[in-house]
Amino acid sequence: MATITKQKPSNLDKVLSKGRAEVNVATFALLFSEIVQYCQNRVYTVPELQTKLSEMGQHVGSHLLDVLFLREKGYKREIKLLNMLLFIKSSFWKTLFGKEADKLEHANDHEGTYYIIEKDPLVNRFISVPKDKGNLNCAAYTAGILEAVLNGANFPAKVTVHWHKGTTFMIKFDESVITRDKMVDGK
Amino acid sequence: MSRQSSRAPDPRKVNGELFTLTYGALVAQLLKDYEDDDEVNRQLEKMGYNIGVRLIEDFLARSNVSRCNDFRETADQIAKVAFKMYLGVTPVVSNWSAAGDEFSLLIENNPLTDFVELPDGHTDLNYSNLLCGALKGAMEMVQMEVDVKFVQDQLKGDNITELRLKFIRRLEDAVPAGED
Repeated sequence: MATITKQKPSNLDKVLSKGRAEVNVATFALLFSEIVQYCQNRVYTVPELQTKLSEMGQHVGSHLLDVLFLREKGYKREIKLLNMLLFIKSSFWKTLFGKEADKLEHANDHEGTYYIIEKDPLVNRFISVPKDKGNLNCAAYTAGILEAVLNGANFPAKVTVHWHKGTTFMIKFDESVITRDKMVDGK
Repeated sequence: MSRQSSRAPDPRKVNGELFTLTYGALVAQLLKDYEDDDEVNRQLEKMGYNIGVRLIEDFLARSNVSRCNDFRETADQIAKVAFKMYLGVTPVVSNWSAAGDEFSLLIENNPLTDFVELPDGHTDLNYSNLLCGALKGAMEMVQMEVDVKFVQDQLKGDNITELRLKFIRRLEDAVPAGED
């Protein structure tokens, strides 16, 4: 074409920032509040709202994965389940939320289930849940981020959010992950 | 390893990439839901407006700025205090109109657009339109009606991102009856 189009910048031409940039917590809180309201206007029930928030989170998680591994782990991917979980509890959480997650626990009765417990998740700090939506937990958004990161790193899992000791993220890994991890360990 | 930073996190700050990507998720969702650039622009502006209306209180409470004497002072406060405080960047104020009622904010590193590439076919989308709404909403709460729009956008290949603010009028009816 002969028309002169302006050259759009490509991400690949830019230097990757060190990720130290920060914004005011109020800016984030108000943006998140708008997102919750927007989602709420498009659904009928609390579980639907949480699913919607989780979907938004997954969008974030899938975009964060590469940049995180590149910066924090020097391009190396993680292949062991426990190390992956520890990475999430420490570096990942620290980068995103400025602190490590409070706890990482393994379910007693189910091999493929883990819990990450966070007493006061950032996204919930400015949200007061209305009485008629008692079990709504907007940290479903964080669960979505988590799920996308795990899936992207080839640890297929379902992450759900529960009110327990603050907020508990329940991570249920696909059976294939557990089987594979045993094989890796066996070597 | 050496990459671990040891500084204590500031509870008043949030990771910029989390913010940027959260905004990205929102815009992507809006595009999926509305499938129309203009409608998405409108939605973003509306959300921005809601944000601005609430953000101004935080701003007045924390910034200790006093009443501005003229629009030029307002422009400086927006660029040097408000943008710095909430987005961590300081736009340049320029291109004043002769009448002094219109100016531009030139933003070099728009934090909303990190990692963003505008796909083809979205020439009408103002990706950061939330900013326009936020400015309008905040200004309205201090009795100023302004018009805010994007003139240039780095996402569209321009050299700089330029927001144009135009003063329209002073809002007089904002004082509740019985006061003052």
